[in-house]
Amino acid sequence: MSILEVLRFAVRGIGANKLRSGLTMLGILIGVAAVILLVAVGNGSARQVADRIEALGTKTLTVQGVGGSDALTPTVADALDDPVLAPDIASVSPVTSTQATLTYQGTDYSAQQLVGSTPSYFAASNSPVGAGATFTADDVTQGRPVVVIGQTVADELFPGVDPVGKEITANGALFTVIGVLDEKSSASGFMDANDVAIAPLTAVQQALTGYGALTSIVVEARTPEKVTDAQAQASLILSQRIQTPATSNTQPYRIQNASQLLQTQTETADTFTTLLGAVAGISLLVGGIGITNIMLVTVTERTREIGIRKALGAPRRAILTQFLAEATMLSLLGGGLGVAAAYIGSNFTIVGVRPVIVPSSIALALCVSVAIGLFFGSVPANRAARLRPIDALRYE
Amino acid sequence: MTVLDVRAVTKVYGQGAATVHALRGVSLTVARGEYVAIMGSSGSGKSTLMNILGCLDIPTTGQYVLDGVDVSRLNDRQLALVRNRRIGFVFQSFNLIPRTTAVANVELPLAYAGIKAAGRRRRARAALDLVGLAQRADHEPNQLSGGQQQRVAVARALVTEPALVLADEPTGNLDSRSTEDILGIFDDLHAAGRTILLITHEDDVAARASRLIRLVDGQLVTDVLQQRVPA
Repeated sequence: MSILEVLRFAVRGIGANKLRSGLTMLGILIGVAAVILLVAVGNGSARQVADRIEALGTKTLTVQGVGGSDALTPTVADALDDPVLAPDIASVSPVTSTQATLTYQGTDYSAQQLVGSTPSYFAASNSPVGAGATFTADDVTQGRPVVVIGQTVADELFPGVDPVGKEITANGALFTVIGVLDEKSSASGFMDANDVAIAPLTAVQQALTGYGALTSIVVEARTPEKVTDAQAQASLILSQRIQTPATSNTQPYRIQNASQLLQTQTETADTFTTLLGAVAGISLLVGGIGITNIMLVTVTERTREIGIRKALGAPRRAILTQFLAEATMLSLLGGGLGVAAAYIGSNFTIVGVRPVIVPSSIALALCVSVAIGLFFGSVPANRAARLRPIDALRYE
Repeated sequence: MTVLDVRAVTKVYGQGAATVHALRGVSLTVARGEYVAIMGSSGSGKSTLMNILGCLDIPTTGQYVLDGVDVSRLNDRQLALVRNRRIGFVFQSFNLIPRTTAVANVELPLAYAGIKAAGRRRRARAALDLVGLAQRADHEPNQLSGGQQQRVAVARALVTEPALVLADEPTGNLDSRSTEDILGIFDDLHAAGRTILLITHEDDVAARASRLIRLVDGQLVTDVLQQRVPA
């Protein structure tokens, strides 16, 4: 008896009860679609995090004060900008930042970050100016009250109006808008990267934060490959310039590196993906148990037919393969439809994440669904094959 | 030439107090071309005997030689082969596979015998033609009358050209016209030299056979050759 023959019997068996076969397939369909889609969501969110970190700039280092320390001063920042001791550092931007309420003609908007820095900050933080211009080094020296605002701020304060040249107040201090930043794609869950205003360091210190310690220092390496070297050079200079207080054994500052951040985030995302995949895998297992259940019912229902086939000389193997083929076909069809469903589902944004399908997860889910058919179908198929012909024929 | 040789076969069902002796030592030989009717009241063991002869059941003790092969020594796979090649079984309740066309039903034993699709179809149609149902080949069982279903079942029993045709009350569920059709087919088969064993409890059906056996309480009581009564 050929394989084709067996498959034809199996198709006929599945077709005999379409609703039941359909529901059984639905179990596998949901399982497979869930595995593929959830893994895609995990993968998509990992991709998003990576994009976001890359948008921060892969060649920047951020030196941050730890525990409200006042170790980071403009003097320290100047010291880092040293072509002899730190040849791989391209630029150093001292940063002071604060929250500020921005007002334009009676409209208030509370911006998340008002950053005071130097012109090099725009390049280092990957925030090019779209309309208008950046401030200059001269603006910084003079402490001119000018500001470049992010897209969100522009939308909030100047709906339908060109903001360039308008005057706004930040916590009461007057600033002139001279430019608007390009829209950044890296909107994260908590922080809107477009919700920012950037002004000269001196102006912000003078009007808002005072001449105390800096919030951070953004250091840009010459190339992404030189980031590690730049970090070593920066850390050497910092250790000379900043004395660790005797009362504490930790440094009062921390150097963060975007690629390190990227690595940590990727690891987190991978764990997340594995977890999602495991949960979806459970639903695939439940679908498999559904197949066993329905095949057991089918075998019981068709006991008489099995008896007839045996009386006509069907060997045990023929019965076994027929039911096994039926179970496998059910799960494979369900799996195939599940892949289709996952493909369709991946076109939609799910919980703010655009799923990115991992090709290997499709292959894996299909293989698993075939394995499920074989494994969960084997119990009922064996039961059918082992029936004695006379018992099967007498079964009512 | 002996087709079937049964020696002191017994069959016991159940255990302890519930023990039933369905067959108490039946011995029987049937030669090629014989047309044997087995009669007996309900519970006389005739169906048990038929199931053992058809290799659907295994005797508790005794020996059964079919076409020179000792069937009691065969394993599961070999028994399936014997059922497929040597025996054609006709049941009282037709036992066609539902939702499957007549010709596909007739093809089934050939499929299990591993015969190619084209040859199978040709032989199945020839067998259906033999029972006068060639034009009904593509009907499913529920579109056929009882008599037609039984004729399909007879065609299915014949299609492998078995050494032995076993019929377990083939006319038990049929009206007199259909009964006549089926018995007519058996007459033709007998004339063509087939060996037929048929269980019945109707005297006029038994009268068509060339040999009559009666079973009482699992034992063979009469075994006579008789003059066939033509229809």
